Amino acid sequence: MNQRSPRALIAVLLLAAAALWVDLDFSHGEWYKSLLFWRPAESRDLKVVLGLDLQGGQEVLLQPDPGPGQIIKSDDIVAAIVVITKRINALGVAEALIQKVGLDRIAVQLPGVKDPDQAIKTFGQTGLLEFIDTGEVSVPEGTLVTTTGFSGSADSGTPAASATSAPTTPATRAPTLSPTGAATTPLSGTTGVTATASVTPSAPLSPTLPLTQTPALGPYRTIMTGIHIESAQVGFDQTTNEPIVQFTLKSDGARIFADYTSKNVGRYLTIVLDKRVISSPRIQSAILQGSGQISGNFTRDSAESLSVQIRYGALPVPLKILSSRTVGPTLGQDSINKSLLAGLIGIGAVVIFMLLYYRLPGLLANLALILYGGLVFAIFKLLPVTLTLAGIAGFVLSIGMAVDANVLIFERMKEELRAGRSLRSAMRAGFERAWLSIRDSNISSLITCAILFWFGSNFGASIVAGFALTLAIGILVSLFTAIFVTRTLMNFVIDSELVKNLWWYGVGSSNEPGA
Amino acid sequence: MIDIVSKRYWFFAVSLLVILPGLYSLATAGLKLSIAFTSGSLLELRVNSVTNQTLAVADVRRIAGERISSDAVIQIGGADTIIIRSKPMKQDDKVALVVDLEAMYGKTTELSFETVGAEVSQEVTGAAVNAVILASLAILAWITVAFYRVPKPYRYGVAAIIAMLHDVAVVIGMASILGQLFNFEIDALFLTALLTVIGFSVHDTIVVFDRIRENVVRHRGMAYESIVNHSIVQTLDRSINTTLTVLLTLFALWLFGGITIRNFVLTLLLGIFSGSYSSIFNAAQILVAWESGEVGRFFRRLRGQATA
Repeated sequence: MNQRSPRALIAVLLLAAAALWVDLDFSHGEWYKSLLFWRPAESRDLKVVLGLDLQGGQEVLLQPDPGPGQIIKSDDIVAAIVVITKRINALGVAEALIQKVGLDRIAVQLPGVKDPDQAIKTFGQTGLLEFIDTGEVSVPEGTLVTTTGFSGSADSGTPAASATSAPTTPATRAPTLSPTGAATTPLSGTTGVTATASVTPSAPLSPTLPLTQTPALGPYRTIMTGIHIESAQVGFDQTTNEPIVQFTLKSDGARIFADYTSKNVGRYLTIVLDKRVISSPRIQSAILQGSGQISGNFTRDSAESLSVQIRYGALPVPLKILSSRTVGPTLGQDSINKSLLAGLIGIGAVVIFMLLYYRLPGLLANLALILYGGLVFAIFKLLPVTLTLAGIAGFVLSIGMAVDANVLIFERMKEELRAGRSLRSAMRAGFERAWLSIRDSNISSLITCAILFWFGSNFGASIVAGFALTLAIGILVSLFTAIFVTRTLMNFVIDSELVKNLWWYGVGSSNEPGA
Repeated sequence: MIDIVSKRYWFFAVSLLVILPGLYSLATAGLKLSIAFTSGSLLELRVNSVTNQTLAVADVRRIAGERISSDAVIQIGGADTIIIRSKPMKQDDKVALVVDLEAMYGKTTELSFETVGAEVSQEVTGAAVNAVILASLAILAWITVAFYRVPKPYRYGVAAIIAMLHDVAVVIGMASILGQLFNFEIDALFLTALLTVIGFSVHDTIVVFDRIRENVVRHRGMAYESIVNHSIVQTLDRSINTTLTVLLTLFALWLFGGITIRNFVLTLLLGIFSGSYSSIFNAAQILVAWESGEVGRFFRRLRGQATA
């Protein structure tokens, strides 16, 4: 590598072109996707992934909160993740990330979610829907009740599979409802979805929701749960035009429902979600068609939320929120604009400084620095690295550190030139002698990065992990650009007669002694 | 040549002058910890419609007292931002609180909402302490390995760690003082900054040590003190220039970056400045003090006073 090496220069130029190609936002064609083999097939694209703090969104850490006597199996966590994923997909959140963290925690990231409160309600609630027998009384909406349930919670069967699996056991758990065999109309045939169940919303006893913790009423007998429901969707009441949730039942559910309603006309069938009453209608006539509707004081969103919960079943275990973080999109956009500006100003300041202080080598270091920026950004896109505010800060900081290796080399080179060495040999000595301290100091920084990354990814502090990752990538790439790229460029220009004067290297203004 | 090493006690004194007030503040007042370490909720709202009601802490406190708890801390930022800190808020209570505030002030935008439960915050605190200890040990081990050719390589590791602890003390002490004066809070980003400072501090120290390592071999027979001084002076340009470029980028971030990372950047600025100072004026000088037996004499004198 002593003399001009066209091969190295060509390699650098090719790399720069490739980085530019990845970095620029234009239609890249489809073929490149096969090159991104390490990423899942559905997400092979060259987009910058912005973290929640930059685009706004929500991050929630959940943990099972079992009731007394309930034991959590690791299958339950997996099943819960499946249920949450389905519910979130139904909410229409793009690029949500749901993953197991540690032993039994679930981290949910919802980028760009518009209504975080509603989102938490939709995926965070157990979503155990029960139809309970409250006999001759209508229970006010919002009341907390206890139920006999199907063994206390929804742990019978795997609710996640409710959409596909054949209806199973729970039918036997309603002993008083002896199957009449009077086959109801097949549900597939019900076309007009509305107006079947006798849902006259009971007039609430108190005008507002009783949020106070009154002792729970009950226990009431559970007639049927959400497991028996085939599908649910939002509709509107024909007379009041209020949002309602319409449902159709699976065949065994339809049987239970038909049987129960025909025997209990005039009594109240109360609908309960997570032990809280949604509505408490009176059975006006037997319901044989296997479909019905729930009305309560729904808004459009809360009706949607309930229908999503019914459709995808109950969580196998109640979850509690350990921590949550919501960032509004306004704040995110504000942050990204500002840190981009700061990054540009930071780079600009460093470029000017290097040029003024180190002159020709400074110019070459600046070219290497620009390539450095392009390469790091390309790696962010390729991996991909989720860019957070701290991640950008890590990147901006690494710009300052990226020139450190060059500063070390050039200072060494100056010393050698002052000591009377020729340009070439001063340059060689500069690179050689600086290498040890570049290596040792950067390894210590990488050690810190590794510990930061471990700390961040194990304790839900994803910003810390993001920062460590971008800084580590920055250090590795800067080693390459500051040493290999700068040396290649320098090899190429150093023999030129135009730059023989030592002024070009920031050392006095005499000519090279050997020249 | 500038003689830096012989004035080492002046430089140690300057360090103490900066560190001691910070440590005093730390011992008496401690640090202001964010909810990431203490658990709790932080709600930030922007009022975006124009009502005749101007934001008043007392009003917000009254509403918050009804919905969440009376000991919530309320801050009004600028003309339109409400910041509420409290014990962990329940989702329903938060929604109710926002509804009440909107009734008073008109439509609001939720800028951010963060809740951390006690379990998580304890884990984070424990992990943070472990991370700092682990980083120190790993760096000590690495330096001892990297300097194995030099006589007494562990001294280099220990000196680098002392210089690093110096920077940690500067940053934490300043954070404590700033906490008293400006409500500066310690959060996960602060830890990130602290660990970065540790990395940078050692990075900087190693460059000087590397030069000593080289000169010790090259100038056998020369007094250790002048070898060290030589090495510091030779790397001085580089130390200043690198620090300058890093500080330039950080200043840009501080001036133009988002408000959310301002404390983070400030921490980095303080720490990196301190890291450069300690690598030039402390780390290598500790080696000299150690080599010339001053450290041992110092401890002997201490012990002598204790027994007397």
